[in-house]
Amino acid sequence: MRFLISALTIACLTLGAQAQDKTITIASTTSTQDSGLFNHLLPAFKAKTGIDVKVIAQGTGQALDTARRGDADVVFVHAKAAEEKFLAEGFGVKRFDVMYNDFVLVGPAADPAGIKGSKDIVASLKTIQAKASPFVSRGDKSGTHLAELDLWKAAGLDPAGAKADWYKEIGQGMGAALNTSKAMGAYLLSDRATWISFKGKDGLAIAVEGDTKLFNQYGVMLVNPAKHPHVKADLGQAFVDYVISAEGQKVIADYRIEGQQLFFPNAAK
Amino acid sequence: MSDLPVTLSHVSYAVGATPILRDLDLTVRSGAPTFIIGPNGSGKSTLLRLIMGLIAPTSGAIDWNGTRDPAPRRRAIVFQQPVMLRRSVAANLIFALDQAGLEKSLQDKRCADLLALVGLGDLADRPARRLSGGERQKLAFARALARSPELLILDEPTASLDPSATLALEQLIGKAAGEGIKILMASHDLGQVRRLAGDVVFLHRGRILESASTQAFFEQPRTAQGSAFVRGDLITED
Amino acid sequence: MMEGSGALDLVLSGDPALYAIVRLSLVVSLSAVAVAALIGLPLGGLIALTRFRGRAGAIVLLNAMMGLPPVVVGLAVFLLLSRSGPLGSWGLLFTPTAMVMAQAVLITPIIAALTRQAVEDMWSEYRDELTAMGVGPLQRLLTLLYDARIALVTVLLAGFGRAAAEVGAVMIVGGNINGFTRVMTTAIALETSKGDLPLAMGLGLILIAIVFAINASAWALRLYAERRIG
Repeated sequence: MRFLISALTIACLTLGAQAQDKTITIASTTSTQDSGLFNHLLPAFKAKTGIDVKVIAQGTGQALDTARRGDADVVFVHAKAAEEKFLAEGFGVKRFDVMYNDFVLVGPAADPAGIKGSKDIVASLKTIQAKASPFVSRGDKSGTHLAELDLWKAAGLDPAGAKADWYKEIGQGMGAALNTSKAMGAYLLSDRATWISFKGKDGLAIAVEGDTKLFNQYGVMLVNPAKHPHVKADLGQAFVDYVISAEGQKVIADYRIEGQQLFFPNAAK
Repeated sequence: MSDLPVTLSHVSYAVGATPILRDLDLTVRSGAPTFIIGPNGSGKSTLLRLIMGLIAPTSGAIDWNGTRDPAPRRRAIVFQQPVMLRRSVAANLIFALDQAGLEKSLQDKRCADLLALVGLGDLADRPARRLSGGERQKLAFARALARSPELLILDEPTASLDPSATLALEQLIGKAAGEGIKILMASHDLGQVRRLAGDVVFLHRGRILESASTQAFFEQPRTAQGSAFVRGDLITED
Repeated sequence: MMEGSGALDLVLSGDPALYAIVRLSLVVSLSAVAVAALIGLPLGGLIALTRFRGRAGAIVLLNAMMGLPPVVVGLAVFLLLSRSGPLGSWGLLFTPTAMVMAQAVLITPIIAALTRQAVEDMWSEYRDELTAMGVGPLQRLLTLLYDARIALVTVLLAGFGRAAAEVGAVMIVGGNINGFTRVMTTAIALETSKGDLPLAMGLGLILIAIVFAINASAWALRLYAERRIG
């Protein structure tokens, strides 16, 4: 009842909440937001189409759930298996590859596990396990977390299941995980984009990079209007079309921090 | 609509198992000021609160001109420590006038008149809670008059005032009595009783021991306790 | 927005994005205080002045609800406003309105509980005087709320402080959308997660400064009012 009263009262407080004319909501990941890609991409999209985009940055799992509930028009995430499940459930219209970046294994600059410079992520994870070096896991069902679990699986290990005491699941976003591993002197898996734009790198360094297993694919999907009729299908589709168009792909490729390209467009031509 | 006479029949009042007033019969009629007198703890304040209708008797009945509804009509009370509302002197009085049902358009004029009457005209905009004790009693008196009372109850209003403030208030009380307002007042200042009272009700340990004209009571008290009280002795026996 | 580090630079540079965030924080939290006051002041006053069965239980419940966890409130409002929730068709999730609702739910119990205490204390002082003036129940409530106004300013400030400082509820129902639902606390959480701890701390100091300034002016107002009305 109080909600109703609040709502009625708030209705009088014009906060511009109903300014929904040309606006879409995108459920995306912390990596795309924290890396600053959206700050670069969205103004270009707005200039082209006049559409405002509101980004909810969550872990991939949570972003997909937000879309499942019908609280977003488009999902833009990076966990292919979870995305395909979302599609199979009928919540998405069609999935498009957009771009990739890669994951890097970040660790203390002092490199206690002695794996720095390795190009073999699987071997490095085995070393971490053998030396019981502290390792921070996102533990939040994000795309990065799912990728990390896949890598442990490829190494034939299951520290999460074994509840190893050197393996810390923190249940937070990428930046928080970087802050945590810095404080704990632990290794962790990060997407490169967040790592490059992360402001508190001192004391941390890349230990392992360049393994093809660290490939990180992003996909985009329109939320199915058949499931959620209020989805702004036309405007949402315009965003999907834009990011996979030659123009959108170039904008993505042009995004650089400190001279480094963060995302590599690879939409099907 | 009138509140007089007030009739108390077999009224007792107790707090828990402690009796405060025991089996009182009393009628308050219009006329000269009636003073409730007696030593501290005799039940004077409780009796006034019952007559005002602020509390209900534990047993017995009170009626105000035939009704037992305790809602005040044309009676008002001034407490020993009146509570000032947290607003200006004038706003306190306007509040009382409003509660008394005076038409809005007449309130300002009546407010000014009453403040002039009690001598607070210059303090209308002063915060009421910043007034001195004597000024507070004057404002409380004006608030009581705002109800155009037939019966004005005063509970030792001068007990903590200096002599000049006491005199000012006594003059206001005398003036109100002269205009036909029935004064029912508690006091244990015998000089004040002599100055103002037409008749007295002598209360002791929750009972009415005497009820007489002021002159008769002071000249010929009928009880030993009454005699002791008039002499100014402390009364310790029942 | 928010390039560079150091909140001082940010303030001095007059970054419009920062001011938009500060402004939204104030608008959302002040609106929440307004809504909560509209409900909490009369509710607290009513509980103070009426006697009913279960009153003691209601007071305990109200006092306990002062400690509602913001995340839980946020989640409840989220479930209510989500497109899949009962009020989904209103389309309010991830809007400032949703944030106002969540904060209002959070602080209404605080305002109601503290109001009840203030009004009840004042009623024990005013009871005889107001009864003798024949003041009816509604007028009684209004009079006590008005005369307790100085104490109630502090009550509203307590509510504002809680609303402005919380992050859990607005993060969930607002979504921390850049330029739309990003407020001070969610911006601080975001900068922390981006590893820019100096900027996060700087924003935190700005938030503290704002809350401090509001409290200081309210305190000055209170001192002035106490001198004026006693």
